[in-house]
Amino acid sequence: MFKKVLVLIAFVFIALACSSSDDGSGNTSDNFDRTALLTNWADNIIVPIYDDLNTLLADLVVKKDAFVTTPNQTTLNEFRTSWYNAYKVWQYAEMFNIGRAEEINFAFQMNIYPTNVSDIQSNIESQSYDLTNVNNNDAVGFPALDYMLYGLADDDADILEFYTTNTEASKYLTYASDLTNQMKALTQDVTSNWSTYRQTFINNTNNTVTGSLNKLVNDFIYYYEKGLRANKIGIPAGNFSTTPLPEKVEGYYRNDVSKALATEAMGAVKDFFNGKAYTSNVTDESLASYLDYLNTIKNGEDLSVLINDQFDTAQANIDSLDDSFTNQINSDNTKMTETFDALQMAVVLLKVDMLQAINISVDYVDADGD
Amino acid sequence: MPNKLTTYLNIQTNAAPLSVFRIGFGIMMLASIIRFWSYGWIEKLYLEPKFHFSYYGLEFIKPIGVYSYLIFFICGLSALFVALGFKYRIAIITFFLSFTYIELMDKTTYLNHYYFISVLSFLMCFLPANTYFSIDAFIRKKQYNQIPKWTIDCIKLLLGIVYVYAGLAKINSDWLFKAMPLKIWLPSKYDLPFIGQSLMQQEWFHIAMSWSGMLYDLTIPFLLLYKRTRIFAFVLVVFFHVFTRVLFPIGMFPYVMIVGTLIFFDYGVHERILNVIRGLFSFFKLKASNLENLSYKVSNEKIILPILGLFFTIQLLLPFRYVLYPNELFWTEEGYRFSWRVMLMEKAGYAEFKIVNAETGHSFSVNNSDFLTPFQEKQMSSQPDFILEYAKYLEQHFLAQGHKNIEIYVDSYVALNGRSSERFINPKVDLLKQTESLKTKNWILPFKDEIKGL
Repeated sequence: MFKKVLVLIAFVFIALACSSSDDGSGNTSDNFDRTALLTNWADNIIVPIYDDLNTLLADLVVKKDAFVTTPNQTTLNEFRTSWYNAYKVWQYAEMFNIGRAEEINFAFQMNIYPTNVSDIQSNIESQSYDLTNVNNNDAVGFPALDYMLYGLADDDADILEFYTTNTEASKYLTYASDLTNQMKALTQDVTSNWSTYRQTFINNTNNTVTGSLNKLVNDFIYYYEKGLRANKIGIPAGNFSTTPLPEKVEGYYRNDVSKALATEAMGAVKDFFNGKAYTSNVTDESLASYLDYLNTIKNGEDLSVLINDQFDTAQANIDSLDDSFTNQINSDNTKMTETFDALQMAVVLLKVDMLQAINISVDYVDADGD
Repeated sequence: MPNKLTTYLNIQTNAAPLSVFRIGFGIMMLASIIRFWSYGWIEKLYLEPKFHFSYYGLEFIKPIGVYSYLIFFICGLSALFVALGFKYRIAIITFFLSFTYIELMDKTTYLNHYYFISVLSFLMCFLPANTYFSIDAFIRKKQYNQIPKWTIDCIKLLLGIVYVYAGLAKINSDWLFKAMPLKIWLPSKYDLPFIGQSLMQQEWFHIAMSWSGMLYDLTIPFLLLYKRTRIFAFVLVVFFHVFTRVLFPIGMFPYVMIVGTLIFFDYGVHERILNVIRGLFSFFKLKASNLENLSYKVSNEKIILPILGLFFTIQLLLPFRYVLYPNELFWTEEGYRFSWRVMLMEKAGYAEFKIVNAETGHSFSVNNSDFLTPFQEKQMSSQPDFILEYAKYLEQHFLAQGHKNIEIYVDSYVALNGRSSERFINPKVDLLKQTESLKTKNWILPFKDEIKGL
């Protein structure tokens, strides 16, 4: 009995080992190089993005200083242009909630919108505030500057009055200045930290909830689902409320940039997924190439192509929208909700198909399984 | 035949295996409760969620706030009493009730392992596991070193059912021919030393694991029953369960099974184990020779045997209830639970709920994380009964907020065993018009592929 069973098991093993190669995919001994993936993310994507953001925020500080010294239309315009340039790059940086950025809740201190005007006003009045305080998350960062640069009044002359002839002009100047300095200081902190964090990040190839790959995949999906799909399109279009909320678009006070910012975010998502370098068109190991590698084992559908196609569809939808999402919502909200649906289809591909394929431990409860 | 049965029921055997089983079970369960508690899972799974998913017909079983800790404490204490054989009957009944209550509090945490413990502890309520080497025997000043053989055999039978049914469930085309879901799970273990970068990435290895897993489950009870293959089988048991422990987060279960299968050994092995324990607790001064040795006769045999007969009939039939449902079992999960279907599926889903005002046509989507923990959301997204229960909960919530004429629709997608995601629930069906029942859920869209097998 004993020997017979052994022989039987051995026979089955051998039979299977031989037959499995008939599928033509038996040769998968070459492994996917996760270190190369993490290195590409760190060296060609994350660090160059932070460097660029940091440079643009340095410029923002310079333009702000010029404005504070001599507040006039020229310095205001330069301050605004610099803000917009930095805001576009921010769309690339927002998803990386890892390392120092995670510790200080970088994204929460940089881009919570809609900004809270009454919090900003009371901060300006009181002159005593801790901008890093959680309660001030909606009174700082790019959206707060948006308000300070475009939202104080209806036309530029009236806005400039707040910084010149207004009795509390110095308070307004101080707040605009403090906001900008704070954004620069945070970005500097996160950027410098990467010089040491880089190695930790690359070395942490484990498939655990704290592994770099796992965390960043989570960040990526979270950014796509919440930061892009919900915040930029879904919430203003009223997907999560009984009526549309056109005042909740990104860059509401300048108002004609919500489409441009969403387009940048879509580009950031696509580039990250395909492992495209920030400063060139070179691509390296990425989620797309990881899925392609896994597909050589699985022989399934070409998921990376499906995902890229869906990204393109969503971008085409965004392209059809008005520069100002507020205008789009007020004139024809259907186009907004159609865009939302197109973005949604990619959420399904990312959260269901991609997560199943790469089967990484994501940050669910670490309870036992079956 | 009745004579044969009577003869069988009258066979006496050494009581040591059952006592060792009782001790091992009690210790394992105590350790499980301590482990569960120390990881903060009581808080995380039973206190933090705002809403709990109940079993059909058992909606009244819910966590009871901070007092849930008390249930766990009672459960752990009764496990200790079981191990000691102290007030055994009360202890094992208390354990069965408290453990089962915990298991039924939220079906998000459903595991076959937990169900196994419930079923096993129910069975143990009827067994004379405290007649030998127990505090009860010490207090009574007499112990029974002979007990009816059937009392031990029914534990072997239960273990056999678990293994064989788990093996039968593996006889399907996904498991055997596509090596799914192992083909998804194993490559992700790339960070294991030695085998992570090599074996785990090989397709032949995934298929070999699938087939040997199936053969293991189907044959192991028989290999354990026959004396000549028993040691070989036990080595397999240890290897298999330790290996799955390394690969998958399955907690205490492998150890429970390793200790549990010891019951297949002859009493000599168990006497040696008991001697080790006697040595460890020499102050206990409980020596077999000090006590009267008697043969134990189960007093309520006329009641207990029919109960156990019914129990095993249910155990044998329940896993096959899925044949009463027309759709693919893995897709709809109608009749999936309580059937020893272990590790058969990699299923992921996405479900977004839309609250529609039937009169105005206005609608809005629900942010699931406002109501569910990530773990609950994950489980809800791919299981129809969860989706319906959650929709009903959302109805209550939004009615209380003053919304009127509510209809709830779900936009849901599920990917099963490496297939592309497909729409799961009919998006045109108002979930509030559906009621939970054991009937076929016709609002689940049909599965677009076929999985052949049992």
